[in-house]
Amino acid sequence: MERLDPRARSDIYGLRINRAPVPWRVRSVPYASIMLASALPVLLIADTMPLAPSFGFLMLLAWRMVRPGLLPLWAGAPLGAFDDLFSGQPFGSAILLWSLAMIAIEAIEARFPWRGFWQDWFTAGLIAVVYWLASLVVSGASLTPEMLAVAAPQALASVLLYPIIARLVAGLDRYRLSRARKID
Amino acid sequence: MAPPSSRRAGFSKKAQFSLFTGYLLAGAAALLGAGLLALSLWQPAAFAPLRGLASDVVTPAGTGTAMVRQGSQGIFAGLIGYFNAGSQNAELRRENEIARIRLAEAEAVKAENLRLKGLLALREAESKPVATARLVGSTATSGRRHAYLGAGSMNGVKPGMPVLSERGVIGRVLETGRFSSRVLLLTDGESVLPVRRAKDNVIAFAEGRGDGLLRIRLVNLGVNPLKVGDMMVTSGAGGYYRPGIAVAIIAKITPDGGIARLVAEPAATNFVSVLPVHVAEAVTELEAPAAAPSPKPSASPSSEASSGGAAAEE
Repeated sequence: MERLDPRARSDIYGLRINRAPVPWRVRSVPYASIMLASALPVLLIADTMPLAPSFGFLMLLAWRMVRPGLLPLWAGAPLGAFDDLFSGQPFGSAILLWSLAMIAIEAIEARFPWRGFWQDWFTAGLIAVVYWLASLVVSGASLTPEMLAVAAPQALASVLLYPIIARLVAGLDRYRLSRARKID
Repeated sequence: MAPPSSRRAGFSKKAQFSLFTGYLLAGAAALLGAGLLALSLWQPAAFAPLRGLASDVVTPAGTGTAMVRQGSQGIFAGLIGYFNAGSQNAELRRENEIARIRLAEAEAVKAENLRLKGLLALREAESKPVATARLVGSTATSGRRHAYLGAGSMNGVKPGMPVLSERGVIGRVLETGRFSSRVLLLTDGESVLPVRRAKDNVIAFAEGRGDGLLRIRLVNLGVNPLKVGDMMVTSGAGGYYRPGIAVAIIAKITPDGGIARLVAEPAATNFVSVLPVHVAEAVTELEAPAAAPSPKPSASPSSEASSGGAAAEE
């Protein structure tokens, strides 16, 4: 059979016979990717204004939307604590806001169980914009009109980046579940 | 797509309980987050050791990107240099002539300065940097403007120390880790720095606006003496910074002062130096007056101490 079509006994996750996904990949990839996305923007030097949207939060939203039920409802708290160590926000702001976001998505999903791409984007965009405003309010600096004006591109970028990050997460999910382990 | 059916509890007691526990934990986590947030807004330094540990971990990666950033800046500067080389050359020649004249004037001023300081029995306090390091990163996603520095408490950096580049003030050390520290940049909304105009003693406060500019607020209100293009330097009040370091240039006049641009932009700097807190130097100078060169060698230590004290107070 393989001589006729090399992909006959495989699907997007690889060969189906005598192969299995690697357990550590199945469990760790979502968390590792969100934590990496939290820590990476630190490497940019942003002296005048916030340059990048909160990639960690967008990654969390995308994992939650692409794979509902994979992250437990309380996953926002530990991941948010990790994000707080790097983001420059006062410690606790992401624990609070990420937990609230997870609960909000759960509530929205219970209300509208049949979802599609546009509804996912709308939900994620709305939550990202609310998160952007809330994190500015709790940042510890007094909120001035100038600060809002220079942070506005951040909100726009987080809405526009969501589909790209959702695609990235879909790719990571394929990597997570690919059957790399050989069963003898 | 509907959510997978495994997430509906149905009649299974176990599934119902685990769903309920999930909600309970998430709610408790949100409450915990609110508590921690209130604590860290009230006591901003409460979680500094944790953050120091985290910044120590990312600093090695940041050093790599800082080197790449420096290299790419050199490439761009070189490319731009080719385009307007001719006109720039003539312009630079003219500027060089003027700069030579100014330099000669500055030498004269320096000599006079030295003589006057000798009269006042002030030691030439050449403060040595505690550490020299790269800015390895910043809080690019937050509304706060903090930067990470590749030197920490192992190198002698302590909270409160001023951070300078070769052009001027960058900011002040906020928290330290072992090999890294967090710097409050001047542009942060919570940063306030006492400044004065370079050519006279118009004193003001330079506050960060959070958008890359500084708001200069005059202490003495009345007729606003500031003009566009005035250079503001540190006044030394408060004791953190040595007086006379360049801070900002006025770009716009407002009724109570002005809006100023930074002289030393953190993104354009390569290495920065951390200096000791200035007031501590003044303290040691007062405590050890015997080392100060004095115009009268025969003077008693007590009179020297009093003259040194008077000079420091001025």
